[in-house]
Amino acid sequence: MSELEAIYRILLRELIRYWRDKSRIISSFVQPVLFLLVLGGGFSFIKLGNINYQVFLFPGIVAMSLVGISISSGISVIWDREFGILKEILVAPVSRTSIFVGKALGGCFTALIQGTIVLSLALLLGVPLTPSSFLLSVILMIIISLGLVSIGLIIASLIETIESFGVIMNFLIFPLIFLSGAFYPLKEAPEWLRLISYANPLTYGVDALRYVIIGVSFLPFAISSTVISLFSISAIFIGGIAFNKQK
Amino acid sequence: MYIIETFNLTKEFNGLKAVNNVSLQIEEGEIFGLLGPNGAGKTTFISMLCTLLRPTSGTAKVNGFDIIKQQSEVRKSIGIVFQDPSLDNRLTGRENLEMHAGLYGVPKAERKKRIEEVLDLVALSDRADELVKNYSGGMKRRLEIARGLIHYPKVLFLDEPTLGLDPQTREHIWEYIKKLAKRENITILLTTHYMEEADALCNRVAIMDHGEIKVLDTPENLKNSLEGDVIILEANRSETIAEKIKSLEEVKKVHIIDNKIFITVKNAEIFAPKILEFAKSNDVTVTSMSMRKPSLGDVFLHYTGREIREEKAEKVGMEKFRRRI
Repeated sequence: MSELEAIYRILLRELIRYWRDKSRIISSFVQPVLFLLVLGGGFSFIKLGNINYQVFLFPGIVAMSLVGISISSGISVIWDREFGILKEILVAPVSRTSIFVGKALGGCFTALIQGTIVLSLALLLGVPLTPSSFLLSVILMIIISLGLVSIGLIIASLIETIESFGVIMNFLIFPLIFLSGAFYPLKEAPEWLRLISYANPLTYGVDALRYVIIGVSFLPFAISSTVISLFSISAIFIGGIAFNKQK
Repeated sequence: MYIIETFNLTKEFNGLKAVNNVSLQIEEGEIFGLLGPNGAGKTTFISMLCTLLRPTSGTAKVNGFDIIKQQSEVRKSIGIVFQDPSLDNRLTGRENLEMHAGLYGVPKAERKKRIEEVLDLVALSDRADELVKNYSGGMKRRLEIARGLIHYPKVLFLDEPTLGLDPQTREHIWEYIKKLAKRENITILLTTHYMEEADALCNRVAIMDHGEIKVLDTPENLKNSLEGDVIILEANRSETIAEKIKSLEEVKKVHIIDNKIFITVKNAEIFAPKILEFAKSNDVTVTSMSMRKPSLGDVFLHYTGREIREEKAEKVGMEKFRRRI
């Protein structure tokens, strides 16, 4: 019971901090929307089969809106460490696993809020969302962001200085998004690009989301959804171990 | 039963003994001070008692629980105010306290009442709903002390509670700590490198240096153990007269620092007039004279052979202070 309470408290803290940081909310919301309107709008003359490029891009943008916020909320543990809050939390009579779970759920929740807002832009684009496709999208978003938050938490357990924060964000987030097939169809991509994309877990997340939201995909949904789930489960598992082992 | 008892507690870092074979007992309800310069091993000592660091050898009991085998029980029994700030600046004071209460499993029904109670104790009730970001250094410290009390710990650890605070704020914090000890009847273990702080607050003081306890007693007994008062004299021809004073029978020690003559004698009240007469008969004019009982600083000097390196400590304090802002 007290472990559940601790998880809730840590999650709540993440939500309060997210809510107070209006500039971060806006900036992390504006970026995907810009991509959707400018990139999608600019290339809207392109048709992929009978699908408009902007519509094709949309599920990728939904995934993109999850990436930055998930990873950064995982990595935010290094800020907690720098400002001493982590020490206060770690010395409390609760297990590290609960602290990890609270952190992961907190990051997942904030990413989910953001992703759902972006998902709701489907109405503007005329992409039909049914209750079941909406629900499936939310489940996929939870799976994707839990995995990414865990990746952030693993990184935070490994590095010690906040100076590395910016570098990691740039070197991780952009390749992750660009090489995920969010912006282009993998079917048409050159061989080397496709091979790299296969190694990127986000590729499967984007592909699964695309199948659920607009009904097309590169891989069978059963495969993409299984791979992204396996990725998240192992990231959570490794993240939990890394978090338990850190100083 | 002692509330804290350590058994040959030792912590090594890369072969260096930060805490060396410390065994001590602390009684329930005491304010116990660990006095020593920076780097003496005070924080390491406390970190082991808080279960944050695992001892290299030896162990300790806090509230009857073993710090190695019963970590969770130990953690429930203690409150900690760390040396470095540990508040979430983006939450309000109250939110910081609520999070702590949740983490320590304070029953929901009690939570509100206890938060009001501790806020009242540190006089922060009217600022509780502001973001901690906007608090002053002293307010943050008070909030941390309040936070350490919400779960009604048996022992409160205060690691350098007034480091980097201005003298006035420091005295305020002292007042809160005293009030606390009286009202809540908890045991307080504090570390400090400020001698006045140990003197003003503690029932007993252990002087720590290079990871070892050099001496442990009440501040009164420690000072009395030197068996001497200090007379401070300013005079012309100080070198000459100092030499002559040295030869007097009652005099234990004579130092000259900055042209002032420090004379250690057994009983300053009786000896002072004699000194004046003695100076006069040697044709030396005394321009000022003062007497004091020995301070804990003198005690520290006596047992370690060094000054407490106050200057260096102040510098570190300023750096911490900057971080605190």
